[in-house]
Amino acid sequence: MRQLIRRREIVNDDWRYADEDPHGRDRALILPFARWQQERNRWWLWDGRLGVRLGPADPVAALAQDFLRVGLVAIEFGGIAEGRGYSQAQLLRKRYKFGGELRAVGKIQRDQLFYLARCGFDSFELPQGADLQVALTAFDDFSVAYQGAADIGLDLERRAS
Amino acid sequence: MYRYDSIDQRLVEQRVAQFRDQTQRFLAGQLSDDDFKSLRLRNGLYIQKHAPMLRVSIPYGLLSTAQVRVLARIAREYDRDFGHFTTRQNIQYNWPKLEQVPDILALLATVEMHAIQTSGNCIRNVTADHLAGVAPDELEDPRPWCEYIRQWATLHPEFSYLPRKFKIAVTGSPQDRAASRVHDIGLHLVRNAAGEVGFEVLVGGGLGRAPMIGHVIREFLPKQELLAYLEAILRVYNLEGRRDNIHKARIKILVKALGPQKFRELVEAEFAAARDIAPRYDAAEFERIRSFFASPHYESLLDENVEAGKSREFRNWYRQNTRKHKVTGYRAVFVSLKPPNSPPGDITAKQLDRVADLADRYSLGLVRATHDQNLLFADVRQSDLYALWQALLELDLATANIGTLTDMICCPGLDFCSLANARSIPIAAQLNERFDDLDHLYDLGEIQLKMSGCMNGCGHHSVGHIGILGVDKSGEEWYQITLGGSTGGADASLGEVIGPSVAYDEVVDTIERIINVYVAERHEEERFLDTFRRIGVAPFKARVYAPAHQAA
Repeated sequence: MRQLIRRREIVNDDWRYADEDPHGRDRALILPFARWQQERNRWWLWDGRLGVRLGPADPVAALAQDFLRVGLVAIEFGGIAEGRGYSQAQLLRKRYKFGGELRAVGKIQRDQLFYLARCGFDSFELPQGADLQVALTAFDDFSVAYQGAADIGLDLERRAS
Repeated sequence: MYRYDSIDQRLVEQRVAQFRDQTQRFLAGQLSDDDFKSLRLRNGLYIQKHAPMLRVSIPYGLLSTAQVRVLARIAREYDRDFGHFTTRQNIQYNWPKLEQVPDILALLATVEMHAIQTSGNCIRNVTADHLAGVAPDELEDPRPWCEYIRQWATLHPEFSYLPRKFKIAVTGSPQDRAASRVHDIGLHLVRNAAGEVGFEVLVGGGLGRAPMIGHVIREFLPKQELLAYLEAILRVYNLEGRRDNIHKARIKILVKALGPQKFRELVEAEFAAARDIAPRYDAAEFERIRSFFASPHYESLLDENVEAGKSREFRNWYRQNTRKHKVTGYRAVFVSLKPPNSPPGDITAKQLDRVADLADRYSLGLVRATHDQNLLFADVRQSDLYALWQALLELDLATANIGTLTDMICCPGLDFCSLANARSIPIAAQLNERFDDLDHLYDLGEIQLKMSGCMNGCGHHSVGHIGILGVDKSGEEWYQITLGGSTGGADASLGEVIGPSVAYDEVVDTIERIINVYVAERHEEERFLDTFRRIGVAPFKARVYAPAHQAA
């Protein structure tokens, strides 16, 4: 079973990507953004939990009306140089007030987690083989910050609002 | 100057611990070269030709003497006894050992310094006019705003993985001494018709491979909106900037592709949409920062006839290397890092220590690094100038060449840098040999010569009155010459290529021929740049490439 970090704990992933569970037997499916766009009405009535997976170029605004139904948004990172996900997360959390699980998935590494968490990600699916115990320590790299942010579970001392 | 409180201090100490851990994981084989690269590059650590290179941040170029002494100690204990000042007002060390870098950072943290964001695709050191706070023509001191931006940009969660590096410069004077028009963002403090002071915002300037002059996208931004507006620009860039090609990833390419008008619309729309989530202006916090930059207590002095009865050497130095100060009886003094016999911008550990002593004695304990790779004592009493000159002379820091041809900007080039195509330091040395007569240099007047060893343009060649760019031709070092670049102000311009590039041993002769054309064509007292603008590139082209010298 896949493990990930959620709210600073290592947990088993109780979600499946659509290609892993074509029939949605586990009643918790993450759909690619394009498929969600195309089959939105059909999935809306399905009786399982729904998540949507965004690529770096997908517009988060298109999800703004879907949060009653979509409980998880997974944002993809193709590599360390891919930084659009940070802005996508900020917008989801701060502008569109998304309150569900916000997952970073893809080629992310330990040392990005602090920034990702500050942008509002609360779950982290690291590449297979990553040491999640080591990754957990990343949230404690800093106890202070200059910016207000959308972070969840990090209580940082700040000077300005 | 700004002093750290417990939050600032804890942040740099935690950064040291974080980087120590990253370095240990790398040395233990737990981090791949690539993974470590992306981490060390956020901290100014490059792997260069001979050794790692560590770039230390000097926010807007301002240093206390305690900091200067630590920079000297690092040069002595961890490097080969010298450091190199850069065009971002930073200092870099060319010979540190990788495993010792965490110790160097720890030492820097003891004097409120760090190497955060001196490289990598993030917001780099914010630069300012080196005469900030003392220039007679200044509307308002830009440095409190620089510090305000510095804090906001430090470890910014959203903008630490941008498409490419991002550089911001702030000026408070009509004369642009910070090259702000060739920055990703240039901020000018200006007064509007209602008499309020705010910012003119330029975006999309830059040097390197595709040099461009920035576009004004906001004529007047109320000060309180600064961070909110910067966030809007950065968010548009972060989401829309190209990531598929490193050479097309700077914001200037995005601004050019969209057109400045469309880019401005996107920014204004984001700015409006983000109003309730953007960072709020905190007046108390800004005032706290600003209080550190309050004008020091100046003595009531009279202007002196400094030159009377003094030697010609001193008078030359006084005219060339000192500048008018806003307070009567004071001068701002350049410490020239452009002596004929050493690479531009280099300084030894001993010189750094003595500079600190002199600044304590003569300039209120502060030193500034300038973007053209000199140092500056901003607050020197006119009555101390002679003694200061004598002391600087002994240290080889009084070459009276500021603003002349030999006060050149020069990158480390192929001697040190693994990106370079060609050497720049030996060309600088040859130019110094050829133009070794100060009187001749004074006759030639103000000429900004800027030289880069490759297209990345660390030596700002695109905006040199004379620009020299090292290019690679089948493994040989060649040099492309441009004329007419300028960072001056509203009339900032990019240099024009004069013709085919020239071989390594032809560069100095070529420059001399260019100078000869200028001397023949100039009207009395006319600056090189003005002559060039008046007569254009053709006469230079015609006479520089005389048949005997036809280049490949």
